Amino acid sequence: MSGLKVVFWKELADNLGSRKFLILFIIICLTAISIVYTLSQNIGEYVDELSTDYMFLNLFSSSAGNLPSFIFFVSFFGPIIGIVFGFDAINGERSQGTISTVLSQPIYRDTFINGKFLAGLSTIALMLISIIMIILGLQLRIFGIISSLEELLRMIIFFIASVVYIGFWMSMAILFSIIFRQTTTSILLSLMIWIFFAFFILMISSVIANQIAPIDPQNYTLEMLIKNDSIKSLIEHVSPVVLIQEISTVILNPLVRTFDISSLIQANSLIPSPLPLSLSLLVIWPQFIGLTALMVICFATSYIIFMRQEIRST
Amino acid sequence: MKSIVLETKELTKFYKHIKVVDSINLKMEEGDIFGFLGPNGAGKTTTILMILGLTEPTSGNVEVFNFNSTREPLNVKKITSYLPENVGFYEDLTAQENLKYITRLNNIQDKKANIKIKEALEIVGILKVGNIEVKKFSHGMKQRLGIASVLIKEPKLAILDEPTSGIDPKGVEEILELIVKMNKEKNITVLISSHLLYQVQKICNKIGIISQGKLVAQGSIEKISQELIKEKKENTIEVNVSDKLSSSFIESVKKMEGVVKIKKKLSDYSLEEIYKNYFREG
Repeated sequence: MSGLKVVFWKELADNLGSRKFLILFIIICLTAISIVYTLSQNIGEYVDELSTDYMFLNLFSSSAGNLPSFIFFVSFFGPIIGIVFGFDAINGERSQGTISTVLSQPIYRDTFINGKFLAGLSTIALMLISIIMIILGLQLRIFGIISSLEELLRMIIFFIASVVYIGFWMSMAILFSIIFRQTTTSILLSLMIWIFFAFFILMISSVIANQIAPIDPQNYTLEMLIKNDSIKSLIEHVSPVVLIQEISTVILNPLVRTFDISSLIQANSLIPSPLPLSLSLLVIWPQFIGLTALMVICFATSYIIFMRQEIRST
Repeated sequence: MKSIVLETKELTKFYKHIKVVDSINLKMEEGDIFGFLGPNGAGKTTTILMILGLTEPTSGNVEVFNFNSTREPLNVKKITSYLPENVGFYEDLTAQENLKYITRLNNIQDKKANIKIKEALEIVGILKVGNIEVKKFSHGMKQRLGIASVLIKEPKLAILDEPTSGIDPKGVEEILELIVKMNKEKNITVLISSHLLYQVQKICNKIGIISQGKLVAQGSIEKISQELIKEKKENTIEVNVSDKLSSSFIESVKKMEGVVKIKKKLSDYSLEEIYKNYFREG
């Protein structure tokens, strides 16, 4: 265990002291602050449907004019943060020649990769926490009201989901850094998969859905629409980007009840009222499990491959 | 009877279908400086990786102080130091910080570690630059830092992979001296792998020659050369003569009984000797 601690603290110090961390942190802070600031200036203009009970959450979930919402920001830029902290985890050590030096010391091989993974997760968590804190502080300053307990809980859940989400991208990048000897290969492949999950899967899913369950534009029925939509959403839910967007929408906007088209039609007749936290959680529970599973699968795969690999500098 | 430090039994490694290491039986005793010699790609590094448990043998096994390298790698790595070929350090950390990380991984307490780090840097002669980031180090300085990282663990067995490659002749000599010192004073058994035979032969008491994955000879240099003499029925004697020697002497020696070949060296001094003569002060 002592070995894990040593690797963890060293990696954490490396992460926090690195230039890439500083650059990312500054960019994210500036963007987050500008989003909150613009929103708070025109809060009445953009937020009309949300109840004023959830004033705090509004700032995370609604977008202001040209600026995207904070949710979108996390789902879009989170992958880049994760990839940056993972893409050279192992092959960088290989090309530097440090991997042999470290692994010829009396530590288990998994200590090395576990320490790196935990340090990466902690870095991400620290980054997100400080950004959320900055936003909360700004809100307090602008509105002068304190958030309710439920809002706080919702924010904590949003935080955990975001860490898992970015953790998925990091463990995927670590996996590629184990498989490929070149850091350029691992970063390019990571970025490619990010682009695929963020953009292409939405196009592909509707193309496939229209092929399997075509909708006749002149004469369509409800069944047609539901079938088409369920195929589309089945494919889209493979993407962690879609998963986190749904999780954060439901958690940060208590009015959202469902994404399923058939229940949406039923829900039309309901009076819009905010869901309590427990029910919001119930809505996004599958997405949350899916996201966690994706991260665990990526990490477990990299763990297994690394344990059987030969430790040789290149 | 000296105790056995390292023993490999029928050690074999395949990469896909290519046999890289072929049933190697190595044996090292306490206090040995063992030269593991062979050309590039002969399987030296692969054998070393198997000794340290950094890669799995296809068949056969390795025992270091009776610990099996594949099943108990932690016990092996506790008492073994490894200097990889082209040793790498964290470029953004200083020499001391790099060594500190190694002591922490070895569970050495910080207070004790600081003394040891100073001592090791002093021995290898880079104490002055201990606070400088490794990225500013030359190749020779990195190699010295590598030897410091070997010393700091106070191992019973040190495995040095090509410790002299890419180093100038004077540096080579100093590194070899360090290795001998480490062996004599700290009683560390040493395994040196190298393709530069003449460098290593100066300090080794035993050698093993590996070629295409097979161990073709093993033992003391005398023993192996005796075997070679028996095999070839020939022996070489070098005679240094004064510059006034007549050519008829050479002729007369050639006619003597038992002389197979006589050859005059083209240059009187090897380049290495010339180099050392001029750069002694450098």
